[in-house]
Amino acid sequence: MDGIHDLGGTAGFGAIIVEPNEPAFHHAWEATAWALNMLAISRMRAYNTDAYRHALERMDPSWYLEASYYERVLTGVTTLLVESGVVSLEELEDRAGGPVPLSQPVSPTALPIVDVIATIAAFVPGDVVRVIAASTRGHSRCPQYVRGHVGTVVRVYPLAHYPEARAHSTIKLREHTYAVEFSNRELWDDADPNGTVVIELFEQYLAKEQREQEQQ
Amino acid sequence: MNQHVDKHSVNASPPARATALQRLLVEKNLLTDSDVHAQIEAADDLSEANGARVIARAWIDPGFRIRLLENATTAARELGIEGPEGKYMVAVENTEQVHNVIVCTQCSCTAWPLIGLPPDWYKSPAYRARVVREARTVLQEMGLAVAHDRKIRVWDTSGDARYVVLPLRPASAADFSEEQLQALVTREAMIGVAEINVGHP
Repeated sequence: MDGIHDLGGTAGFGAIIVEPNEPAFHHAWEATAWALNMLAISRMRAYNTDAYRHALERMDPSWYLEASYYERVLTGVTTLLVESGVVSLEELEDRAGGPVPLSQPVSPTALPIVDVIATIAAFVPGDVVRVIAASTRGHSRCPQYVRGHVGTVVRVYPLAHYPEARAHSTIKLREHTYAVEFSNRELWDDADPNGTVVIELFEQYLAKEQREQEQQ
Repeated sequence: MNQHVDKHSVNASPPARATALQRLLVEKNLLTDSDVHAQIEAADDLSEANGARVIARAWIDPGFRIRLLENATTAARELGIEGPEGKYMVAVENTEQVHNVIVCTQCSCTAWPLIGLPPDWYKSPAYRARVVREARTVLQEMGLAVAHDRKIRVWDTSGDARYVVLPLRPASAADFSEEQLQALVTREAMIGVAEINVGHP
């Protein structure tokens, strides 16, 4: 999803504020929100982590940026439990004493058509690959900043659940992912030349690049 | 429609919403209060102190260092360290030529068993947006000057791998014990926004 959560490379943000000796939780409700989400996934089996991530991605963009991390967590667990009918919004608002905001609904076209998944790794370290993943209204783990760009496979990772399918269906598909390294200048013309970004990408996001193009 | 968010609306506060959700799940017998309490207590096990033990061991035990770089999950388990968000952990080693730094640009994934639940700055839109595009500037702002001839490699946590940086052991800590080395390792060093500092100013 080309949403507000896909922040990598977005310009305009200012200083990063570090709080010395920061605790894991600043308020008791943050620990509650974290625990409820953990239990909804592991104990109640109400949803999986890809559906959870997508629920955060569906927050109204201005709210997403303003909300604290644990308000996003709370919104994710609340949205998914309401959407799946485990709790009703009316029951929640009755107990909360006011409106309970939720994420936007899942797009009707969120579930992509998924190709056959290969369980044998198609790429090996050293392979030059181009990111071919397309835009989707559903969940994806391919950020916009690498799309269309050429990088080099540096590691082959084990089979992993294909996020596009797992967020929106009970279809279980697994395929290899790869650590792919991009030079900064491949991604951004004005970037520090002495640096790279390594990102984990699913096999379906990638296509082998021809050698001629590689040497251009 | 309830889904429209208005800054000036009278939405229930996050604490009220969290309490309401817990009460409702307990009323429906889907969870108990003690489940929630136990889960919150389990967060204490997710501590940077675990990562410090792993890093210090890698500095003093060359065999462990090799195993850590090959498979951080099984290496950590040798020290009894595992947990949620720790099924596939990967250690990336700093050298004189390369400095590593970790981010999750799309959410805030972290190796919880080693680094702990991450701090707010790591989860902030500013860090997530900027560090992939201008790592050297961000690190400089955060107090870490990386020499221009030293490459910076940023690891974006977009899949199942959860990264930890193996920092350089300071030369001045050559004769430190394992316990003394553990005390030097910080969360920030394991994320890659700080080096290891010996001694307190």
